[in-house]
Amino acid sequence: MTHPLDHLPRAGHGSDGAALAANFSDLHPPLTQRQAFIESQRCLYCYDAPCVEACPSDIDIPRFIREIAEDNVNGAAQTILEENILGGSCARVCPTEILCEQSCVRNHDAECQPVLIGLLQRHAIDHMRFDGHPFVRAADTGKHIAIVGAGPAGLSCAHRLATYGHRVTIFEAEAKPGGLNEYGIARYKLIDDYAQREIDFLLEIGGIEIRHGQRLGDNLALDTLKRDYDSVFLGLGLGASRQLGLTGEHAPGLMPATDYIHQLRQTDDLGRLAVARRCVVIGAGNTAIDMAVQMARLGADAVTLAYRRGVESMAATGHEQEIARANGVRIVTWAQPERILLDDAGRVTGMRFARTESRGGALTATGETLDIPADAVFTAIGQAFDDASLSDRRAAVLEREAGKIEVDGNFRTSLAGVYAGGDCVAAGQDLTVQAVQHGKLAAQAIHQQLMAQQEVA
Amino acid sequence: MKASMKKPDVDLSIEFAGIRSPNPFWLASAPPTDKAYNVERAYEAGWGGVVWKTLGEDPAPVNVSSRYSAHFGKNREVLGFNNIELITDRSLEINLREITEVKKRWPDRALIVSIMVPCVEESWKTILPLVEATGADGIELNLGCPHGMPERGMGAAVGQNPDLIERVTRWCKQYYSKPVIVKLTPNITDIRVAAQAAMRGGADAVSLINTINSITSIDLDNMVARPTVGSQSTHGGYCGAAVKPIAMNMVAEIARDPATRGLPICGIGGISNWHDAAEFAALGAGAVQVCTAAMLHGFRIVEEMQDGLARWMAEKGYRSLNDFSGKAVRNTTDWKYLDMNFQTIAHIDQDQCIQCGRCYIACEDTSHQSIAKLVDTAGARRYEVIEEECVGCNLCQITCPVEGCITMVPQESDKPYLSWNEDPRNPFRESVTAAG
Repeated sequence: MTHPLDHLPRAGHGSDGAALAANFSDLHPPLTQRQAFIESQRCLYCYDAPCVEACPSDIDIPRFIREIAEDNVNGAAQTILEENILGGSCARVCPTEILCEQSCVRNHDAECQPVLIGLLQRHAIDHMRFDGHPFVRAADTGKHIAIVGAGPAGLSCAHRLATYGHRVTIFEAEAKPGGLNEYGIARYKLIDDYAQREIDFLLEIGGIEIRHGQRLGDNLALDTLKRDYDSVFLGLGLGASRQLGLTGEHAPGLMPATDYIHQLRQTDDLGRLAVARRCVVIGAGNTAIDMAVQMARLGADAVTLAYRRGVESMAATGHEQEIARANGVRIVTWAQPERILLDDAGRVTGMRFARTESRGGALTATGETLDIPADAVFTAIGQAFDDASLSDRRAAVLEREAGKIEVDGNFRTSLAGVYAGGDCVAAGQDLTVQAVQHGKLAAQAIHQQLMAQQEVA
Repeated sequence: MKASMKKPDVDLSIEFAGIRSPNPFWLASAPPTDKAYNVERAYEAGWGGVVWKTLGEDPAPVNVSSRYSAHFGKNREVLGFNNIELITDRSLEINLREITEVKKRWPDRALIVSIMVPCVEESWKTILPLVEATGADGIELNLGCPHGMPERGMGAAVGQNPDLIERVTRWCKQYYSKPVIVKLTPNITDIRVAAQAAMRGGADAVSLINTINSITSIDLDNMVARPTVGSQSTHGGYCGAAVKPIAMNMVAEIARDPATRGLPICGIGGISNWHDAAEFAALGAGAVQVCTAAMLHGFRIVEEMQDGLARWMAEKGYRSLNDFSGKAVRNTTDWKYLDMNFQTIAHIDQDQCIQCGRCYIACEDTSHQSIAKLVDTAGARRYEVIEEECVGCNLCQITCPVEGCITMVPQESDKPYLSWNEDPRNPFRESVTAAG
């Protein structure tokens, strides 16, 4: 298949490589030692701290910040990793502005400025120095668990299981582990090969094997896993990008944002990426913002983000919207995609939007239209759990809830011995930190179940 | 040229134990006052007086390298400061010559000379006329240096012995005609004994405190205290903001001691701003001396000190330092005279509360379990004082990060003042009826 943007110019055309690379360096540079120390002093060491309640992964935030303040960075790192083995990437990609930092008591009057918890967490993880891996692997239990998907949920589950002394084999479809951390996060949020380095660190625990090119329903069968392993954990991602449902969905110039970000993250030469001079990103979530901002940073002249409702309904956080505006992205609201505009050769030349308004809460077309010329249109209107990823004969019978895999409070699916967590299950916010938490809790549940079985036997 | 601005209409000038000074801010005898260059810079900056760094007998002592260390706060703010420097390491002749010249050039400023010589009459008899000849306004006896000099029988070795304090003071009054200030060491058990001894010797005033024996920190890699001299260290003299509470107590002890009533007190110890100075004055100090704050920030701080003090005085209607000097002394008493019937209770202003829970855990773990943590159905937390349990200890108010959020509210009471002396719960109370 030819690339949908092959006809467009390259990013390297007209701008030098160093400038391009600089555009994709750390969005939020790390704190210096001194900044971290000063910032750590701002923490009030709350009791039953609201930030901890807001953190999906239960990190004892006041404790790790106090450890930074007391010049005990390894202690701080261990406090974080104990609850979140991917604490380094979460510190970079978490929308802290709607999680821990939003609930910081320092947001109140008089200060209106939360402690920079995310950057402090990053500081602790970036500066930890351990003699070997900071976790101990318990004596081998003889149990062997299969995990499908080497994303944050699967990796977190694997690490926790390994500490309990279980052996783990992870089956991953892609060529690299990491899931969205590797393939889906804006390049300036998780730079260089951080995702891989973090996984290398995680694997130091031992007892974890990753097999790549393994896809459920393709060359991997759930029945086989159930038969050959003591338990199975499904940590599948959201495979499918939602489509516009308009004519021209596959025209050159139109592309799902996640596909482009995938390429952007994997390329070692930003200059070779196709760049639209004028582009439209359709969507209102953080992926839409990531796409729009990255396109602007690659050199696009005009980037428009279009959303069918008002700013207040956008899923992207206020912080993300500010990043977009700061990068010159124009945000057009109350605009619903109506037609993909094509030239004679069938290439995208723009988008026609129906202007909308809210009437009694219902989205209604006003009858006006708006054409935005564009060489490329990126769709970022959400990702759905791809039913095809459960095309496996056995997986197909898993009970579903809201289009995703149904699990109970212990992350057990409807199939005995099969657990699931992360973006593929109903509960949750599709956040990395949420996936890490699911994997961790599922590992605890799996461990308890296996140990209980052992006692009975 | 700068525009002229309105200034508070107050008089900051003082006359302390017969020494006149345009303001109550003096630099203490220490490195900042070691030579003419520094002292003149201080006068230029606006300091009302200077106590010249302690003169001794020749040959002058030799100092070691690495002399200061600090007790740091979390943000590297200096809470306390420590030094192992000795008295001036310049010759007596140079110091006397410079003092003479500086006094001539700055006749309106107070210039006091600190002196420390062996505890022998001849030594004092020799040096005092030389100091008198400089034209300086008075002398301060360094009977408090806690490091180095006591090992040679001087400094704190004298200040810790009331008989020696009295004797040396008497020699000074005998061989010197101008005011004699006796500087007291805090490294004793009861400061009043030292002040009484100075008074008996004829002292015109006391100044306190000198530095406190201290070790500020240990280099845990090399297992040696700071400041480090080679591979060793020694205790130093502690000063700076951290010693202010100790100094204020000692000033108050002397101020309210009937035996030393009326003895002028020059307050020293952690004074870093006008507020600190006003507090010392409220406890009876007629002048204050500053060192550490100037060493950390330079002489310019005196501008804010003068301005701040003057504005506060104008706001309160005080025209001069005398108007409020000692005003807090009469409210400083012994524990046994406190009102047993007084009751204050914490109040949390829910509008200001940021729900950090610090008051709750402090009270729950370490005090009287007088704060309730309430969580509503939406998860919002609220902390409320359980008034029946609150003893009014102030801990919650102290740990609260929001100034003014927790206030201590004195409770209305129809009970009269009742001291512990009179309290029926006191098994040793002075029984009025039995005596009658």
